[in-house]
Amino acid sequence: MFRLQGSKTLAVDLTGDAVKAKNGSMVAYDGRMTFKKMTGGGDGLRGMVTRRLTGEQMAVMEVKGQGTCYFADRASEISLVSLHGDKLYVEASNLLATDAGLRTGTAFTGLRGGASGNGLFTTTVEGTGQAALMSDGSAVVLRVTPQYPLQVDPGAYIAHQGSLRQQFQSGVNFRTFMGEGSGEAFQIRFEGDGLVYVQPSERNTLGGDV
Amino acid sequence: MSGPVIFDPMTLPSDDNVNSYTFCVELKGSRWFLQKGKMIAYYGQIAFDGVGHGRFERLVRSSFHSPLHASDWVVAEGSGKMLLADRAFDVNSFDLADGNLTIRSGNLLAFEPTLALKQSIVPGFLTLIGTGKFVAASNGPVVFMEPPLRVDPQALVGWADCPSPCHHYDHAYMTGVMGGLRALTGIGGTSGEEHQFEFVGAGTVLLQSTEALMPEQPTGAGPGEPGVPGTPGSAPRGSGQLGDLQRRFGL
Repeated sequence: MFRLQGSKTLAVDLTGDAVKAKNGSMVAYDGRMTFKKMTGGGDGLRGMVTRRLTGEQMAVMEVKGQGTCYFADRASEISLVSLHGDKLYVEASNLLATDAGLRTGTAFTGLRGGASGNGLFTTTVEGTGQAALMSDGSAVVLRVTPQYPLQVDPGAYIAHQGSLRQQFQSGVNFRTFMGEGSGEAFQIRFEGDGLVYVQPSERNTLGGDV
Repeated sequence: MSGPVIFDPMTLPSDDNVNSYTFCVELKGSRWFLQKGKMIAYYGQIAFDGVGHGRFERLVRSSFHSPLHASDWVVAEGSGKMLLADRAFDVNSFDLADGNLTIRSGNLLAFEPTLALKQSIVPGFLTLIGTGKFVAASNGPVVFMEPPLRVDPQALVGWADCPSPCHHYDHAYMTGVMGGLRALTGIGGTSGEEHQFEFVGAGTVLLQSTEALMPEQPTGAGPGEPGVPGTPGSAPRGSGQLGDLQRRFGL
């Protein structure tokens, strides 16, 4: 059971079950807990090799026990996501914790990943349960419907869920090369049905200054 | 579990804050000016173009008055809703009614085209004149104060109407025996509060609640010492740099 203690601390109530969290993100706990480092992101041997190859490495630990465990990481704002059999795509650096019952994996993101400064691959979380995302400043959740597609700056994107198609769009023209660009030359366009999480801050991206 | 608030184009506020770090602007065939790279997401049809070329050339004349810093601004044009944010700093919108406001260049995020943006006499500051809405970022919430008062240079965001800004030094302390000795030798340290900005006259002074400066945006003037305008830039502009062209390439 995930809940927020303030906006920057995640409290998880455990009754003998387990939760996967970013390695070293525990700040306090009461009750009895065991912490076990999961080698290679906790996806098994195949997942470990995939993560190694794709650069989506996550240092993950499994926390098991009875009581309440508190997680936080560098005072990042935390958002909770409920999954009901759908798939969440999230940058590995923005994932704080997931229910142990959720499957994590890696997915190819194409050109979008290259522009967001987070590599060409992203982490997927699948199943039914809860996950906690981290963002620099409180995240804004935006709904995408077929009649309202959404464009997002690659540097501000943190996660999305639902059945969304993403498409990389660029407004690069000759002026960009004249140094007269708009600073918004690259965007990810989301179409379909789902939710997109953005943070009020931009990572340094390849296209950010163009 | 109460889930996070989910926004769609209907529920997003119009020209208001989404949360303390994110501001939503609604465009209805209208325009807004924003600093480069501060848009994080948008719904609808919005085009982003650099100011100062093509059909936006005349905007320099009507809204910027100086080609020197126009290249750091972008025109958003179209219809839809867009979200603005700046490195997770607090953002707030302010309304000017036939007024004027001088603001540190790094703090100004976006403004309506009904306002005119001019370079302030004070280096590193920009002045907005007219009627309209603008969005400013600050490190921590903004505090409004009435002159006369003295403020820490790093906490100053800007001032509205016409107080007169000037430097103030704690003269007695700096020339006194103990203070002078400390300043000369560095022994014992200084309090760091010997120098302030003094505001007198009628108006409002805007302060941020930390002393962490927002990175300064180029205004076309020589760069000053951080937070203290009026200091000439250390590196003179070399010849053959074609204005500030090299800066546009990020050099």
